[in-house]
Amino acid sequence: MLASTVVVERARDFPLLTFLIVLPFVGAIATMLTPKHRPEWAKAVAFLVSATTLGMSLWMLAAFDKATHGYQFDVSHNWIGNLGVRFSLGIDGISLFMVVLTAVLFPIGLLASVNEPKFKEFATWMLMLQASVVGVFAALDLVVFFIFFELVLVPMYFLIAGWGHGNRAYAATKFFLYTMAGSAFLFVGILTVAYLYTKSGHALTFDVGNITEWISTDGAISTRTARLLFLAFAVSFAVKVPLFPLHTWLPDAHTEAPTAGSVVLAGVLLKMGTYGFLRFAIPMFPAAAHYFAPVLLTLSVVGIVYGAIVATMQPDLKRLIAYSSVAHLGFVVMGTFALTTPAILGGLFTMLSHGLTTGALFLLVGMLYDRRHTRLIADFGGLWKSIPVLSALFLVATFASIGLPGFSGFVGEFMSLLGTYVTRPWWAVVATSGVILAAVYLLWAFQRSFTGEPTGENVGLRDISLRELVCVGPLLGLSLFLGFYPQPVLDRMKVTVEDFMGHLENSTGYIEPESPNPEPVDVHNDSPNEEAASH
Amino acid sequence: MLALAVDLTKNPSFDWHAFAPEIALVGTILAVLLADLIWPGRSAFQTSRIASIGVLISLIPVLTLAQDGVNRSSFGGAYMVDNYALALKAFFLIATYVTILISVNYIGEGDYYQSEFYFLLLTSVLGMTVMASARDLISIFVALETISIPTYVLAGFRKHDRKSNEAGIKYYVIGAVSSALMLYGMSFIYGVTGSTLLSSIAEALSGNPDGTALVAVGVFLSIVGFAFKVSAFPFHWWAPDTYEGSPSPVTAFLSVASKAGGFVALLNIIFFGFHAQPNTYWWVVVWFLAAASMTWGNLGALKQTNIVRMLAYSSIAQGGFMLVPFAAYGIATRGAGTNAADVAVSAFQSVVIYLLVYGVMNLGAFAVVIAIARRTRSGEISSYDGLFSYSPGLAVIMSLFLASLAGIPPVAGWFAKFTMFRAAIEAGGGWGVSLALIAGVNSVIAAFYYLNVVRSMWFKPAGADAVAAKTPAPLSAAIAICTVGVVAVGVYPQIFGKIAELVTTAG
Repeated sequence: MLASTVVVERARDFPLLTFLIVLPFVGAIATMLTPKHRPEWAKAVAFLVSATTLGMSLWMLAAFDKATHGYQFDVSHNWIGNLGVRFSLGIDGISLFMVVLTAVLFPIGLLASVNEPKFKEFATWMLMLQASVVGVFAALDLVVFFIFFELVLVPMYFLIAGWGHGNRAYAATKFFLYTMAGSAFLFVGILTVAYLYTKSGHALTFDVGNITEWISTDGAISTRTARLLFLAFAVSFAVKVPLFPLHTWLPDAHTEAPTAGSVVLAGVLLKMGTYGFLRFAIPMFPAAAHYFAPVLLTLSVVGIVYGAIVATMQPDLKRLIAYSSVAHLGFVVMGTFALTTPAILGGLFTMLSHGLTTGALFLLVGMLYDRRHTRLIADFGGLWKSIPVLSALFLVATFASIGLPGFSGFVGEFMSLLGTYVTRPWWAVVATSGVILAAVYLLWAFQRSFTGEPTGENVGLRDISLRELVCVGPLLGLSLFLGFYPQPVLDRMKVTVEDFMGHLENSTGYIEPESPNPEPVDVHNDSPNEEAASH
Repeated sequence: MLALAVDLTKNPSFDWHAFAPEIALVGTILAVLLADLIWPGRSAFQTSRIASIGVLISLIPVLTLAQDGVNRSSFGGAYMVDNYALALKAFFLIATYVTILISVNYIGEGDYYQSEFYFLLLTSVLGMTVMASARDLISIFVALETISIPTYVLAGFRKHDRKSNEAGIKYYVIGAVSSALMLYGMSFIYGVTGSTLLSSIAEALSGNPDGTALVAVGVFLSIVGFAFKVSAFPFHWWAPDTYEGSPSPVTAFLSVASKAGGFVALLNIIFFGFHAQPNTYWWVVVWFLAAASMTWGNLGALKQTNIVRMLAYSSIAQGGFMLVPFAAYGIATRGAGTNAADVAVSAFQSVVIYLLVYGVMNLGAFAVVIAIARRTRSGEISSYDGLFSYSPGLAVIMSLFLASLAGIPPVAGWFAKFTMFRAAIEAGGGWGVSLALIAGVNSVIAAFYYLNVVRSMWFKPAGADAVAAKTPAPLSAAIAICTVGVVAVGVYPQIFGKIAELVTTAG
């Protein structure tokens, strides 16, 4: 107990978040500067840096106090004084696991990519990407957030265009321009809200907390303005999520990206959109969010069903997984806009879980590609007989992605469906079909690729190596662990989500309907068999 | 002019300090000419050295004046040396220094007349430093002609090249037409207000609504004249041809310093003179100039295969971005104009910051283009294929400048765009927000063609004739100065904090 207190106090004195951003960035530059004829130095620096950030993020996880309201580990430095822009960082239950997930996925991505050509440059961009992504999740100043949000595009562009497959230049450019077009709206929205804030007699600031408080207490902006501003924010985040019908960049980017690129793209970059809704769009404009909720719910449910149907038809295994992301992220947005505590918790949990399971699936597809140099389902067949361990892991990842009870996917999707059912039963009913469709497309793909007798080039492949196992193992293990025991994660999210709902109720007069199951995590106690199995 | 002369006799004490930068510059210009006279033919690197040292010496009084911090007004307010003017003078001189660094080897190794080149260049710069202080229609006109006439000659400096001849002639004819239009417009304003002094014009316009139609014609014609100078749509079409035909260092100079001269003139006449009369709807004109320049420039740049032509179109678009704060200020002054004072400050700051940032990033981009042309002997974008594989340093730096032009953090461009958007949004209303959205869409289009070059450099295989050649030291120095500037401003825009304050006192 004493030791843990010391750890907590140390973590509070230490500018952990600043380090989590600065260290990968410095590491990127250091990696870039390693000499060309010493490729092992680049590897050493890159892994050292990403392992250190992982360690620091775990330290932060340990020191995070689940009972504290508001932000933790917050720092604030003057940056552009004239414009009131401060370099403010902080995390709460919404962002904590995104930061940790980022720190987990990047070392794995690097490890999965050690055989990439020009690894030095690859690692440089990866580390820059990591710094930017953590910046997005930790920023508490709208301008700082926006800068990191834009900054993410640059390394991702280079990763896709430099190390991607076939149509990579097209995919990278499409990804860049789509997101940038969305950002233009976000930028206009940010500047407008800050200007309205100063016009009401306040000193210019871009601090999220101050602006949110001002909007909700004074009723300072008209309903119409609030709705327009909400839309400006929402368009940008919807592109990032991506929400139907703004999703068309995603299949290209995911499919053409190198394996590690797909892993972090699906694992954390998409979550920047849903995170944006939870951190900015909804708390800042709660009434407008409530007003537009049916629209966003409908789009997300369409996304769930559409993503699943299109995934079923894909001949390319990687593209199939890409479309499944559209469906999974649909559950997150649906849970978010159901505006009930369990639904939002479910959405947040799905964000974490999807990062683990889809990350694992992309890694496994990458391994198949390394062996067969194809991703077409039709080219596979009977792989189980040829590479049993890899196939078994693929099956586990498939189950995790489908959301089979016992895996993290189940907890998240079940909670968001349950929470949505309370306020919007019909949407929940339609969305449930997405769960079934997920089983259809994933199992069907599995059956076509892995069962039967191996033919042609599918015979005599090399089974999974230790390095590959170290990449996939932790993700599947975590998914399984969180499927059986989600409580620690939900506990750390809960206070923030309750405050979020409290803020919503105070500022709009919207009353959250009573959920049938006020202690949402109890859903899991309904399956005692699994509880037993975990022991 | 008579008024000025009378004023000078009434107040014979001449403020030598205030004119010290210009005097130093005139001294340098004479020295450059004399050097050629004294050492004819052997002046190879002499004149460039004299020119660059002279520019740095001219910078010293600018710094002492800034240190002094007193606003000096000469000739009855027609010539102001305040912090705003000093900031711009410093910028012009530094930009010139960089231009000289870029030119040294290019001009030295080509078949050019060296001392004439630097003589013309510095004369044009003299016009710019005067422009920064000019607060009178006549001195603005004289400054503008001093800027322009040497550049007509510079554009046609490659005597035996037909393209260069075309560039010079086109630029000259357009310049003459725009000067005529501008003068014609100014004469109307003088007719109605009875003064050429901007402060008196502002006073007369705000108090006297009679003859508004006449003033509107005058303002419209002057703005059109300046639109030619800053190559705003639809008066832009000379720019790509002139830029492509001119020697590359001249193109860099034209696209940065000379364009900035036009913008400073526009700043002076609008913020110190015409702003008082929003009923002349000058802001609608500027709104359309801004929106059309951004869109047309970007759409034009999309289909270019030559990097210089692409940068020419991009500079038309960037000019459109720079016009946005002008329009924003105009929007804020109409009607009740309750927030006009706020918007005036942020619009003014935005134009100045955008000019400075644009200057650094565009000069840098041109410097890299020249460095790369030394290797590939080509200006085609396709010749940039695979640059990263044989010249990674230049590829990285060029990517930084292009990212800055596209407004991607953390390089300087984003901050300029930030202030520009801020001004448009503060102006508010349908006009302000729609202009901001047009600017937003245009940022995306622009990102596409900048990315195109980046993609060539990083991801395409190098051509067979690609060779790594050494970049000469002066050119490397120019690139280094611009790179440091772009990164420093982007990471820590508070550098501009001081400048923004200075400008506030002027606006």
